[in-house]
Amino acid sequence: MTDPAIATEAPLHAEFLREPWDGLGLPQEEALSYQRFGATFGIWIFIASEVLFFGALFLFYAAVRAEHAEAFATAARETNIVYDTLNTAILLTSGLSAAAASLASEHVPLRRLTQWCLLATATLGLAFLAVKGMEYRDDIAEHLVPGRGFKLPEPSAQLFFGFYWLSTGIHGVHLTVGIGLVARLIWIGWRHPERLPGNPQVEVTMLYWGFVDMVWLFLYPALYLVGRPG
Amino acid sequence: MSTRVAESPASLADPDELALGLPESYLSAGGTLGSWLTSTDHKRIAILYALSVTLFFFIGGAAATLVRLELFTPQADLVGADTYNKLFTLHGVIMVWFFLIPSIPTTFGNFLLPLMIGARDLAFPKLNLASWYLNVIGGLITATAVLAGGIDTGWTFYVPYSTTFSNTAVTIGVLGVFVSGFSTIATGVNFIATTHLLRAPGMTWFRLPLFVWAMYTTSIIFVLATPVLALTIILVVAERSLGLPIFDPAKGGDPILFQHLFWFFSHPAVYIMLLPGMGIVSEVITCFARRRIFGYDFMVYALVAIAVIGFFTWGHHMFTSGMSPYAALIFSFLSFVVAVPSAIKVFNWTATLYRGQVGFESPMLYVLGYIGLFTVGGLTGLFLASIPIDVHVQDTYFVVAHFHYIMVGATVSAYFAGLHFWWPKFTGRMYPETWAKFAAVLMFFGFNLTFFPQFIAGYLGMPRRYHVYPPEFQVWNVLSSSGAAVLAAAYLMPLGYLTWSLFFGARAVNDPWNASGLEWRTTSPPPRVNFFGRPAVLAKPYNYHPEGAAPLHDEPRIPSQGSLT
Amino acid sequence: MGSLMPAWLMPVAASTHAAKVDRIFIGLTLVSAAIVLLVVGFVVTFAIRFRRGSKADRGPLPEVVSREFEIGWTAATLFVFVFIFWWAASAEIGAFSPPKDALEVHVVGKQWMWKTQASNGAREINELHVPVGVPVRLVLTSQDVIHSFYIPAFRLKRDAVPDQTTEAWFQATKTGTFQLMCTEYCGTDHARMLGRVIVMEPQDYAAWLSAQPEGDDLAHQGERLFSEKGCSGCHAPGSTVHAPNLAGIWGQAVQLDGGKRATVDAAYVRDSILQPKRDVVAGYAPVMPSYEGLLSDGEIQELTAYIRSLGAGPREVRTPGVPPLSSRVPGAQSERSPAMVPGAPVADTPSPAGPVVRP
Repeated sequence: MTDPAIATEAPLHAEFLREPWDGLGLPQEEALSYQRFGATFGIWIFIASEVLFFGALFLFYAAVRAEHAEAFATAARETNIVYDTLNTAILLTSGLSAAAASLASEHVPLRRLTQWCLLATATLGLAFLAVKGMEYRDDIAEHLVPGRGFKLPEPSAQLFFGFYWLSTGIHGVHLTVGIGLVARLIWIGWRHPERLPGNPQVEVTMLYWGFVDMVWLFLYPALYLVGRPG
Repeated sequence: MSTRVAESPASLADPDELALGLPESYLSAGGTLGSWLTSTDHKRIAILYALSVTLFFFIGGAAATLVRLELFTPQADLVGADTYNKLFTLHGVIMVWFFLIPSIPTTFGNFLLPLMIGARDLAFPKLNLASWYLNVIGGLITATAVLAGGIDTGWTFYVPYSTTFSNTAVTIGVLGVFVSGFSTIATGVNFIATTHLLRAPGMTWFRLPLFVWAMYTTSIIFVLATPVLALTIILVVAERSLGLPIFDPAKGGDPILFQHLFWFFSHPAVYIMLLPGMGIVSEVITCFARRRIFGYDFMVYALVAIAVIGFFTWGHHMFTSGMSPYAALIFSFLSFVVAVPSAIKVFNWTATLYRGQVGFESPMLYVLGYIGLFTVGGLTGLFLASIPIDVHVQDTYFVVAHFHYIMVGATVSAYFAGLHFWWPKFTGRMYPETWAKFAAVLMFFGFNLTFFPQFIAGYLGMPRRYHVYPPEFQVWNVLSSSGAAVLAAAYLMPLGYLTWSLFFGARAVNDPWNASGLEWRTTSPPPRVNFFGRPAVLAKPYNYHPEGAAPLHDEPRIPSQGSLT
Repeated sequence: MGSLMPAWLMPVAASTHAAKVDRIFIGLTLVSAAIVLLVVGFVVTFAIRFRRGSKADRGPLPEVVSREFEIGWTAATLFVFVFIFWWAASAEIGAFSPPKDALEVHVVGKQWMWKTQASNGAREINELHVPVGVPVRLVLTSQDVIHSFYIPAFRLKRDAVPDQTTEAWFQATKTGTFQLMCTEYCGTDHARMLGRVIVMEPQDYAAWLSAQPEGDDLAHQGERLFSEKGCSGCHAPGSTVHAPNLAGIWGQAVQLDGGKRATVDAAYVRDSILQPKRDVVAGYAPVMPSYEGLLSDGEIQELTAYIRSLGAGPREVRTPGVPPLSSRVPGAQSERSPAMVPGAPVADTPSPAGPVVRP
């Protein structure tokens, strides 16, 4: 894996350094730092693509809401604001623990703090999903699933709820992926504690988590604060 | 003599057999199927992509063959209506998403991008392998839709037909495209990071070969446009399979919103299909005219301008849908503007020939064909940007001819130009030049015979996606289908002689074309680590002659573009 | 200019707009041909003159070739392209709005046929008769998927979108029969969704028109049922029974007995006919008899169309039984003919010949 042309001694974080970053002719610390920069750069570009993905979803929302403002307001009042304000608090807190984990992971002495923060992030993520599950159960009981027997009479209210189920579902999928990635890091930190500090994957995962958090910050007002003045 | 090709296979030994102590070529480094399927070497992944892309090309081509056979006569004598509808859908879906969009970036881009910038591999080699698997899995899922009876919505799968009315395997088909979209996004992320971060010392942005710029701008479109398609597909699947009301007019949804979302991706997608070919043309034309590219800076600005402006022209696919006249005028204006950078590129390629030392090797023949066909295709785009003409020819064969001139006449010609130009580098073999020249010329004439009559049929009013048509259009259809037979032969020929060359072709030297560019400064084929030592760049690209001069006679390239430290 | 292009390369030009479109097309073709010849000419000339080993002079590039030169030809190209844009755009702007006195024709696309209806109710399937020299305004919609109404001879195309209306207009300049085709892929028989547009001299058109039955669109049939089934007995303005006046009630929010509100839409009308005691408007006694089993679904839809045609918004009193001559019923929503109620079944056979029996 390492370029025979580079002379190396027993590496501190040799297993992090991968090709092609090890073939740049840089000293190992610099190569690792450059690789970490590259990983972060890569995830930012991926986040750009995700911005366009959710952007298109919100464009759909904006177009349909502009067309059916009243029906949307009526429909949005049926959503459960208590559950989701709670969820917003949960997710924002998880964003805090994620940021803390990312910063802590850069320092070897803060390895345990990193691990705890990762655990908190994943737990809060699971809590979000649990609250969402309860909300979904209530929504189904209240006939808020578009189709026959839908609770509200206006047809375009079903359009709002079509968006609701779709967007919360897609957000949930992204969050689940994020929880999976965090769980993987927790596993690495538990099994091979020395592999957590300085690991480029921590910052990459935490940036992804931060993005999923940001999406919720746009989704929450779009779904729950419409038609609820004051 | 500009090409230093071995006279006979026997005179150049297999480098692997000589005890030179050099690393073996990437082709020999691991011979098992497993080593190929788990390799993170960008060169091997490029070959894997080349195989899958070729397979998809011939599947899409088979569908096209059946379509053109049916269209020989105005009646439905070969296939029925439903089968025909499934055939043109298959042709479009496979060719757009599984051939044209991946072709040049994933084969040439993967192989050459690290080599051209002097890097050892792409920034994220494992992600690169994952992207191939995603592409193949996507293709298999779409193939499942074909086996499940096919899809009949057209490659544009407009709603409400695709969500509510079609009885075919639409969901499976579009999910295959969805999965392959992740492949293209991953490739885009990889290319952008690689270009930013892994350039060799001295390789500044304005010393990059134009092919690298083309890959970079294409990757920006990959990353920003493909997610919108992903969402559009999710919306269609949500409506069709999950029963959520999205575009359903009865619930207040708007089918035209689908068209906006779809074309917001699909118009930049055509630039994904165009820009890489332009990169190849710049590489080949400079080499065979022995000349620096004319106006390098403007060529770069043109690539960037096409990528950016291309995001704002999508409405020209919807002029007849009842949009506001103001919106239509803005889209029309921007569609005219986006043609300007393309025209600049054509002028600059032409000017590159001026006072050059022009050779007519087969890659050059493909590129000269490209210039002619792209000029025609691009100019007919102006016809389509004019609203009154577009209203008349929208959804007719005029549009079909326009986009085939660009996607097939231009991009596929560039693909073949690149295939021949870099074949020695990829495989270490030379192909039979005479056959290649013949195939290039045959392709040019076959292509024009196939698609030029379609412009006429379209203006006369023949709609697209018709398997039976009014008899007055028959003469144009017969011409077109005859041309398609010639074109098919021209595509099969390279398959034949290039495969032959793998086993019996003359072995290639490092630099058979006497070309500039870092990829020629290593063996053909390159070793796993790409270079012997670390490249450094000392001068601008295409250093075929001193700046401000012209090649007085056919002289070897000035060797100051790069050196190995 | 039409003579620059041979007739077999262009469709017949049979509308006022067609001539303009053809002029732009031919102009663009000439410009394009010039550019192609220029480019191909230069490429071929350079390739031959400067072929490898030829004796042509290859000194340094001429002084004139510089960055300013490049900016110059970029600007020139932009200017030419913007000029073409302006030429096409002005033709488009001029053609966009139909003249005020245009004849109105409603077009409904459905898999896989075209249904047209002139303003006096004359209905046709896959055919459209129009007079020459008279502007005709098309109001299009679809009953199922998106179709596109294309008459090559008029250079006219407009999509027919479900649950929306789109508009286009033309003025025919030649009599004759012209091809009509669907140009938005719509399923199995998309290629067979053809028709004819027959342009006639004005007097022939008038004669044809008067021979057509006025056409029973849905609302007219509903109007007939309203009287036949006894609805007008209670709901007409002069009735002794205290029943709500139905004129202008469509789309209104009404206060029901028991405090709830309802919107008067198709579902509410249907419920009121079949289960009249369920959601009674406040202030009225629940005395309406149920029509369960007495009216078919189709008849209920016709009655619904009639009530809808009585208008939404300002209440306009109409006397049931006196039909209007135009499908533009006073007070009705003018964007769409009452026959085009979404989901309403429209009879696929043309109206029977002969005078219509009116109640």
